[in-house]
Amino acid sequence: MAGLLEGMGYQTWVLDALLVIPIAGAAVVMLRPEKESKWIALWVTLAEFAASMGMWWSFDPQAGMQFQVVRPWIADWGIFYRLGVDGISLFMVLLTTFTMPLAVLGSWNYIERRERAYYALMLLLTTGMIGVFVALDLFLFYVFWELMLIPMYFIIGVWGGEQRLYAAIKFFIYTFLGSLLMLVAILVAYYLVGRATGEYSFAYDHLLRNAGYLRPAAFWLFAAFALAFAIKVPVFPFHTWLPDAHVEAPTAGSVILAGILLKMGTYGFLRFALPLFPEVALSPSVATLVVVLAIVGIVYGALVAMVQPDFKKLIAYSSVSHLGFVMLGIWALTEQSVQGAIIVMINHGISTGALFFLAGMLYERRHTRAIAEFGGLARVMPGFAAVLTVVALSSIGLPGTNGFVGEFLVLLGTFRTHPIAAAVATTGVIFAAAYLLWALQRVLFESLSKEENRHLPDLSRREVLVLAPLLAMIVWIGVYPAPFLRRIEPATQALITEVRGAASSSAAALLQEASDGN
Amino acid sequence: MTEIPEAVRLVWLAAALPLLGFLANGALSLFRPAARRAVTAIGVGTVAAAFAVSVLVAAGLAGSGAHEPVVLTYWSWIPAGDLVLNLAFQVDQLSVVMLLVVTGVGALIHVFSIGYMGEDPGYARYFAYLNLFIFFMLVLVLGSNFPVMFVGWEGVGLCSYLLIGFWFEDKANANAGKKAFIMNRIGDAGFLIAMFLIFRSLGTLEFTEVFRLAPVSFEVGGTLITLITLALFLGCTGKSAQIPLYTWLPDAMAGPTPVSALIHAATMVTAGVYLVARANVLFAMAPISSAVVAGIGALTALFAATIALKQWDIKKVIAYSTVSQLGYMFLGVGVGAYVSGIFHLVTHAFFKALMFLAAGNVIYALHQAYHATHRHEDAQDLRNMGGLHRYMPWTAALMWIGGLANIGLPPFSGFFSKDSILAAAFARGHDAPIFYVFWALGTVGAVFTALYITRLLIYTFHGPNRTGEAERQHLREAPPVMTGPLVILGLGSVFAGVLNLPHVLPAAGWLEHWLEPVTSLGAVFLPEFHLTAGTEWGLLALATAIAVAGIAAAWRLLKPEALVPARQAVPERGIERVLANKYYVDEIYDALIVRPLIWFSERVLWRTVDALLIDGVAVNGMARLTRLFGWIGSRLQTGQVGTYVVLFVLGTLVLLRVMAG
Repeated sequence: MAGLLEGMGYQTWVLDALLVIPIAGAAVVMLRPEKESKWIALWVTLAEFAASMGMWWSFDPQAGMQFQVVRPWIADWGIFYRLGVDGISLFMVLLTTFTMPLAVLGSWNYIERRERAYYALMLLLTTGMIGVFVALDLFLFYVFWELMLIPMYFIIGVWGGEQRLYAAIKFFIYTFLGSLLMLVAILVAYYLVGRATGEYSFAYDHLLRNAGYLRPAAFWLFAAFALAFAIKVPVFPFHTWLPDAHVEAPTAGSVILAGILLKMGTYGFLRFALPLFPEVALSPSVATLVVVLAIVGIVYGALVAMVQPDFKKLIAYSSVSHLGFVMLGIWALTEQSVQGAIIVMINHGISTGALFFLAGMLYERRHTRAIAEFGGLARVMPGFAAVLTVVALSSIGLPGTNGFVGEFLVLLGTFRTHPIAAAVATTGVIFAAAYLLWALQRVLFESLSKEENRHLPDLSRREVLVLAPLLAMIVWIGVYPAPFLRRIEPATQALITEVRGAASSSAAALLQEASDGN
Repeated sequence: MTEIPEAVRLVWLAAALPLLGFLANGALSLFRPAARRAVTAIGVGTVAAAFAVSVLVAAGLAGSGAHEPVVLTYWSWIPAGDLVLNLAFQVDQLSVVMLLVVTGVGALIHVFSIGYMGEDPGYARYFAYLNLFIFFMLVLVLGSNFPVMFVGWEGVGLCSYLLIGFWFEDKANANAGKKAFIMNRIGDAGFLIAMFLIFRSLGTLEFTEVFRLAPVSFEVGGTLITLITLALFLGCTGKSAQIPLYTWLPDAMAGPTPVSALIHAATMVTAGVYLVARANVLFAMAPISSAVVAGIGALTALFAATIALKQWDIKKVIAYSTVSQLGYMFLGVGVGAYVSGIFHLVTHAFFKALMFLAAGNVIYALHQAYHATHRHEDAQDLRNMGGLHRYMPWTAALMWIGGLANIGLPPFSGFFSKDSILAAAFARGHDAPIFYVFWALGTVGAVFTALYITRLLIYTFHGPNRTGEAERQHLREAPPVMTGPLVILGLGSVFAGVLNLPHVLPAAGWLEHWLEPVTSLGAVFLPEFHLTAGTEWGLLALATAIAVAGIAAAWRLLKPEALVPARQAVPERGIERVLANKYYVDEIYDALIVRPLIWFSERVLWRTVDALLIDGVAVNGMARLTRLFGWIGSRLQTGQVGTYVVLFVLGTLVLLRVMAG
């Protein structure tokens, strides 16, 4: 397979294709009649997924950054169209292309007005998201980062629930605030490195190689990046935009928000904040702060999720808890914990995405998200009940499902460097069981007391089509995650060595300076 | 290493067959729930075939005479950095014993279920769950490392959850399932932390590696090994319903009775005992932890036995009896008598499954009778029974056999296994007197055991019948498909004692010899158990005397004639009331943990911290502040030149002052 793809020159064009296909698709959607919109969007996202699948085979775990593309954009200012994928971004790209056809299919009946605009925005969003994960030029990265913000703003604001405007504006301003600070930081980094080396460039490589010159301003630069990413993750206490946005967004919006957008925060930490500013990130005060916030997120998210009367809000708070595991795994910086963090990122996209789809299916039937409005659904919707149970178990982290693999690796790896933190985080698995099983009970079990629920139809064929791939992934990653880990491992190893090495050498340099000063 | 016998290689089939059964029956339950014949054939057939495979595996292992565990690796499961984690099974003397118990008793209970669940609309779903349970239980006992075992460990918990809440329309059943899962999860957090500790210190989680490295890496009685074993034991208290995490098990009786027999008596709840026996070298190196295991076990044995004295629900009596008997098993493995613990696990699997299934027959009969007369009475309340031996002689006789084995009357199997545990505890007392206390707790517990079992049997089968005038005509013996499995379990309850006879008898210690390759790992760190023949005979005599005295006392003291049906009964008073209400432990947990946690999460975390402080004050406050600045700005922009001039002059003055300063 890899040979065949090589013959087609796959490595040279795939990233271009992944960025162009959705935009081109969006243009087609705008030109064609409204009733064709969703069909076009479906075919485009499927083509996108098919195009990306080749990466599964032709990706070489040992080869570092690959599928690279470099073209001048505004060359005078050192801005290039620079793309590439490594073991850290590979699955973020695949997760995106995998999720989008399902998101389109999940919007099929839910979106009833302005379909053309909706599906065009969805496709535009796809390009933005892929761009964020493959950009290797910080300016380009920033452009994509903002690019995906705008379609999401409209998707929430136009097709959302009753409080959609409040939620959309909150989402936009909150995220935008962070990204503006990040832009300033990017520019400062550009000038600092440019001035020192004489080469003004936004290239990721260039900045990374010369990260030493950032040291005078490292703390503030890190803070700006970290704030932008922390809002996106979201890290406690920057999370309150999330429940509002999740609840108000249409189903597919919530799925994409949870499944992909949140990963941009943790991806940003892995790709930029940690490698560019290792000595700040690993300094005792910052590291302690992040680890504490991660643990607070895990436990706090779970406890608040437990008492939510709204099903989508419950899932939103559970995201805060799950992303806490990711942050913990990244900062523990061991091979198990970082690989686990990436697996949790993938898992969260799958399981939480599935939960939002399921919540949306209930909403389409009953036009309510209140858990108390349901009960006893297992009797009338056995197929739905079976799927919801499996997905909930995956979210709880039951061994044999994907959820376990990620959480286990994060905790196992974290325990090596931060045993107390890992032990506290382990209690999160108890609370996760509590909030999800309680919700499960109130939705699926007990008596079928509400008259309106007596004749709800079970899953339709289209809904099965949306859920089946997610279920397959839950089992696959749970039972045989080795192919995923094999592709992730070399990149995480390199990251850990780099960050640890840089942090310790800069610490040594600081000591040196201090002793020279004497 | 010797050649792996072909038969042993088949072990994957034992697990794969029930998994296939689950998939097939699961599909049937969704698409063809009425296809009962197919469900039966698949459900029972796969587990019976798994038993056949297990016999082959056991024979293969015995024939090979292997002393080292046979590890069969299937695929690389979670490889990450220096973590090597394979999906692999380990066949050795211990796992084979468990394999036979699980598939053997499991197959019998599957057969019984054909009759018991025959008219349930969820028949296919029931067998799907039951098959899935057998699969996970086999993964639990066959896993060759801690995480694979954990897959089974949590998997059986899942099945237990699904089956306790099988009749989920009733909120109480759904609650019971959830409670079981969450309490197990608390224990599982301990299991996880134990794995993290082991990996952090040894860099591996494979059983063979861990048990090889532990003796050279850990200091006997050191902090690390003590922490590891205590964390593991926390896992055991959840799964095996020991103090303080036992309260889910009596509630678990909400599930169908065959489930109680299979999961909540014979197999799943004994997983903790299996874990301690499996990790015997770790526990043997941690004397403090072992003493904790023994102490908790002895305490639970006595505590649960007292509660069983005053329960009226036939299944609750047996449930507390199970908690109590599991306590004995932990007393056994805690004192280092790993073989005794496993021995009691095996005999208990027979007699407790028998007790539960016999109770199932009784409930079934009462249920049918009440159904026939359209009366809504509690089919599980002892006060609605009485004199049933006249209507169901087979069930009565078989339940008496199970009961006598449970009491530990010679020559029934329970006598030998319980005696060997108490004898070992007594023997340890010579070096560490605290074990005399544990022995005493266990012995007093044995007195209560004789009392509550005899009470159960008398109230159920003897004295006048209290079911009801009209209902009496409808009381029948259960069909052969239900009594048949009971007969086999009855044979086991009577004769399983020969597996490991005491040393003073001929042909003694067969199981001890068989398990020697597994238990020899820990034996190095344990003192020699030594009892003189005189002491051993004395203990046997004492155990016999206790059983006989307990039965006789119950027989003389209890007056079944004085009982009235449940509906007319007056509530208990004083200590009886405390016992009937299980010392109010559930209420205490609820008041101290559950309610405060929910209150804290809702009032403090959500409403106050999240909504009010973070979102209200900080986030939206910031937005309001921005609006305020905007408003001030817009006020300043008045359009009146005069105001501008004044402000301009003022500003210039301030600037000049600052620059001059």
